[in-house]
Amino acid sequence: MASAISIPNPTIIPPISWRRRTLDHVMTAVSILTVAIVLAPLLAIFGYLVYKGIGSINIAFLTQTPKPVGEAGGGMANAIVGSAFILAIASLMGVPMGIGAGIFLSEYGRNRYGDAVRFVSDVLNGVPSIVIGIVAYGLVVIRQKHFSALAGGVALAIMMVPTIARTTEQMLLLVPQAIREAAYGLGVSRWRTTLSITLRTATSGVITGVMLAFARVAGETAPLLFTAFGNQFWNLKADQPTAALSLQIYTYALSPFDDWHRQAWAGSFVLIVLIVSAVAAVRYVVRRGRLAGA
Amino acid sequence: MANQALPRPRFEAPDPERGTKAIPKPETSTAPLLAGKVSEVPDALFGGAMRLCGLAVVGILALIVFELLRGSDLSWHAFGWKFFGLQDWNPVEDKYGALPFIYGTIVSSLLSLVIAVPLSIGVAVFITEMCPESLRGILSFLTELLAAIPSVVYGLWAIFVLVPLLREYVQPFLGKTLGWTGLFSGPPYGVGMLAAGVILAIMIIPIISSITREVMTVVPQHQREAVLALGSTRWEMIRIGVLRNARAGIVGGIILGLGRALGETMAVTMVIGNRAEIAKSLFAPGYTMASVLANEFSEATGDLYLSALIEIGLALFLVTIVVNALARLMVWSVTRGQPARSTV
Repeated sequence: MASAISIPNPTIIPPISWRRRTLDHVMTAVSILTVAIVLAPLLAIFGYLVYKGIGSINIAFLTQTPKPVGEAGGGMANAIVGSAFILAIASLMGVPMGIGAGIFLSEYGRNRYGDAVRFVSDVLNGVPSIVIGIVAYGLVVIRQKHFSALAGGVALAIMMVPTIARTTEQMLLLVPQAIREAAYGLGVSRWRTTLSITLRTATSGVITGVMLAFARVAGETAPLLFTAFGNQFWNLKADQPTAALSLQIYTYALSPFDDWHRQAWAGSFVLIVLIVSAVAAVRYVVRRGRLAGA
Repeated sequence: MANQALPRPRFEAPDPERGTKAIPKPETSTAPLLAGKVSEVPDALFGGAMRLCGLAVVGILALIVFELLRGSDLSWHAFGWKFFGLQDWNPVEDKYGALPFIYGTIVSSLLSLVIAVPLSIGVAVFITEMCPESLRGILSFLTELLAAIPSVVYGLWAIFVLVPLLREYVQPFLGKTLGWTGLFSGPPYGVGMLAAGVILAIMIIPIISSITREVMTVVPQHQREAVLALGSTRWEMIRIGVLRNARAGIVGGIILGLGRALGETMAVTMVIGNRAEIAKSLFAPGYTMASVLANEFSEATGDLYLSALIEIGLALFLVTIVVNALARLMVWSVTRGQPARSTV
């Protein structure tokens, strides 16, 4: 057998030509260059955020409400709390529904109906957030006759559901079938198995998915423009216009005042720190809890 | 760190253990082990509730369509198809035409693709094929970090850093060297179509490059080895063995990026200049469908005005749905049906 394979004489193989070798080097260089070009704005954005943001934060920014137009000073305390408030409303609606849809997809949706829901949630993921704002406006604001935190929450909840549904599904699918069967074998009913065994096993993954969705909507501005609308004062009533950090950044960035520009940078920094720390905190708690449980 | 803001389409392997059949109900045989008989009612309730949640996802989509159709009814009856061909946007005289916004959306998105596509593919090629193992994790983390920044923060950065940069350096240079094409003429304001295109490109690079990377990873290793065995250089191996095989998936990723660019609102609104005019020059201010909604929706007085805005929203919705569906199908066509699971 081995003798049938003729080993080519190395001298007959033509060497790689000068042109092809140069092209290879050029393309390698181009590819490294693209990485540098892409990383430059990233580093610039983070650099500016930290540099401008830290320099602009002070106690007043974190504890006071906005001053009237044109006056220096004041802060975004009401917007920080308002954002948290709107996000809480959104999570209250979006998280259970998203996890439910995820359970459906993984435990009951291994069929055509599941495929349809899967496709729809992927499509929903791509709907522009401003369009979802219009829908929340039509659903809530027109009925209530004024802007409200609830409307903002509904808009953000709609954005959270498809993301949470898909990640929950993937996490539940990772749970081995044998664990479910073991529960059935002990006579545990299906709903109890799903909640206490399958979902429980996948908890950390599911929570990661929820945080992903949370981080995604936390900085959203477009759907809040004509739902939560913004507010210069404190408000913690669900049926009243409410300030949000992202809205405040938008308004201040477009204003002609230097002090407001400063506050917009500070607001962006606080927003990113809040998003990152919320995600990190939940992950930390989950990881520790899981380790303790295991 | 959870840094992927965009859930990627993933390949679902038909799991032989799981199958597509429902899990067999165990009650009949195991019930005697328990003190009491297991009731089937809670099971049915729970299953029903979960199905309802699944149905709710479809319901949300239906609700979006319904609300948009209802809201745009008035404008549709007033203008019909002409709405998309008329150029003037005049709330005072109650005359509305969406063409400048459609034009602005298309031009800014295409411009962003022109900038983002080569860069994203370059980054993906570097990370999957050339990068030393130690750098790979850091680089993909960094590029995906871009996706975690809220759009309004991009806008803020663009206003205070990108726009002055374009105004002082880039636009005068482009005007001098390429001004004769007509695309780069006129006074360099900084804000305008070009600024919108650049900031959009920065925002969609993570999407395109992460999907490109994903489909490139799915290309079987033996394809690479086969090309190398024929005596190719590394670049030829990438071009023939990898990029050609991953073509459909890369195009899908690009279209997905396009879908994001079409609907992107805040960053674009902050730098595009917001003027409802059609101009050939990329230096001129423009307006997009999403930004006209952001700017005028909450101040729209008059039913027809509001309705015209909602019709723009409807058009935007339909376009992004089609673009996204197309993209998902293309990405799936590459990642599905391959023994991908073993390599991941």
